[in-house]
Amino acid sequence: MEFLQTIPFDQLLIQTINGIVTGMILALVASGLTLIFGIMDVVNFAHGELFMLGAYVGVIVLAATGDFWIALAAASVIIALLGAAIYLTTLRPLLGRDPLTTILATFGVSLVLQNYALWQFGPVARKIQEPFTGHFSLFYLDYPWYRLVIALLSTAIIGILWLFLKFGTFGIWIRATTQDRIMAQAMGIPVPWVLTVVFAIGAGMAGASGVLFGPLSGVNHAMGLDWILKAFIVVVVGGMGNLAGSIAAAIFISLLEAYAALWVSPAQAVIVSFVVLILTLLFRPTGLFASTAR
Amino acid sequence: MSLASEDPFPVSGERGRQTRRQQALIYWTGFSVILALLVIAPLVLPEFWRRFLTEILIWGLLAMSSDILIGYTGMVSFGHSAFFGLGMYGAAAALTSVEPPNLWLAMLYGLVGAAAVAGFVAFFSTRVRDIYFAITTLIFSQIFYVVIFTWTEVTGGENGLTFRRPPLAIPDLFSVPFTSTTLHWFVVAVVTLSYLVLRRITQSPFGMVLQSIRENESRTRAIGYSIERYKIVAVMLSGLFAGLAGVLYAVQNQFAAPDFVFFLVSGETVIYNVIGGIGTLVGPIVGAAFFLLLREGLSRFLTEYYLIPLGLIFIAMVIFMPQGLLGFMRRWLNE
Repeated sequence: MEFLQTIPFDQLLIQTINGIVTGMILALVASGLTLIFGIMDVVNFAHGELFMLGAYVGVIVLAATGDFWIALAAASVIIALLGAAIYLTTLRPLLGRDPLTTILATFGVSLVLQNYALWQFGPVARKIQEPFTGHFSLFYLDYPWYRLVIALLSTAIIGILWLFLKFGTFGIWIRATTQDRIMAQAMGIPVPWVLTVVFAIGAGMAGASGVLFGPLSGVNHAMGLDWILKAFIVVVVGGMGNLAGSIAAAIFISLLEAYAALWVSPAQAVIVSFVVLILTLLFRPTGLFASTAR
Repeated sequence: MSLASEDPFPVSGERGRQTRRQQALIYWTGFSVILALLVIAPLVLPEFWRRFLTEILIWGLLAMSSDILIGYTGMVSFGHSAFFGLGMYGAAAALTSVEPPNLWLAMLYGLVGAAAVAGFVAFFSTRVRDIYFAITTLIFSQIFYVVIFTWTEVTGGENGLTFRRPPLAIPDLFSVPFTSTTLHWFVVAVVTLSYLVLRRITQSPFGMVLQSIRENESRTRAIGYSIERYKIVAVMLSGLFAGLAGVLYAVQNQFAAPDFVFFLVSGETVIYNVIGGIGTLVGPIVGAAFFLLLREGLSRFLTEYYLIPLGLIFIAMVIFMPQGLLGFMRRWLNE
């Protein structure tokens, strides 16, 4: 127990809050990814790039209008439209082929988008100004309110998605398509349209999380890489295609990384999530939070 | 379902045997011609293209090693950068620690490093299939990237390691320093040998089991093959040759850097395979040549944005030409 006493309680609490905040953004990114995978069998390698482009759209709209919330809305819509365009041009032709081909195609998309961003916006990181700069005191720290707002907003967006899937007519179509694509088609559900919209929703969520996360770090063309890797870990640990599992895994892993950062550098704290992944593969390959019913 | 399937109706009978003998003749003639061209090439080419050709062969070897998994076993690995990188750092360890630098020791260290990593990755990642395998190998390669990137005292961190190039020597027999020409010949020899070994492996009973795993995993299991064991061996074999490519690259460029362990290298390896044609072994080398030549040509006027048109070409090939450049020759190359 001496080991624990070396870490002051206040630091532990701060890291808990930090972990939950990053966990909620990660959950937002990963739930878009897992939504797309669960419903369409598409592994979207370009998800991190959609996140990054969302942040850039946020930068541009923020510079033009000066309003963070307009930037957030604009980024979600524009990235959702971009997602629909990507789906229609590169993924629809692959419908019915091995799901592995989608990983290849979206890897190509991610290369194109990432280098497009580098070309268009240059290598210098941009900054998104947070919408409010208030702080509250947390022990010796001035903790920014904005971080808490991110966590709340992410929760709200995921909550809306859940309500939409549960009660909206379109959400019911989406769930029907997940269960049996052919039967759904036979019942008159416009399946191609449903798939396009699902991809657009997932992309829009990535775009929104990009804007939300923008103020915490710089916006640059390579920021998507970190997130796609983390999101992949989350969806494997949470059970692929399992929305609730992904959210739980995102928070779980972010918390562990935040605690690990108390002892080692943040770059090395990533190893903790790798360890979680390895243990998951060893003992529960279907996902740590997978329901046994599936 | 697999990415590539063989023609289910091969020609058989007396006529078949005859055409097969004919095909073998054409195959070995083509093989010798290309090998001869590769051997002569450094004598004719200017320095830049000589190095370029050597590099194509090294990346081709990496791509070829990954074809064992993608093309023959139906497992897409997104983690080959780890094996390649460990080969590189293994060679670096031998070349920086032992005086005078010894080529064979570098190779041994590199292969042992790559095999150890491949064994580790294989043990865990073969528990899952298809997409999960791809993602798991990707994440595993990132583990090694993070370790190499942050373990500065040993690996040099972001700056990597530089070292002297060992001479091409056989103890008590001869020792010549590597020039770009002799290095090229050495690489040609290693890549050709690897090709022949890999080709032999894919045609062996072991290779047949791998291909049957690709075609129908549960049926292969039902026949009684221990699929997990075969998969682990396949990943280790593939990692070993990837490590060999890493050693060659280290010897050619005299440095090891974490960038080569980053997963983009794995992604490019998969691109070489898809462009060239999976399940052909030579296809990936052609894919690497195509990709690197295109990159060279495009980067002349697009500088670092060459990946935009290359990415578009790659997407188009995934959609419209899943067989790759050499896909139409697949059956013939595997005869």
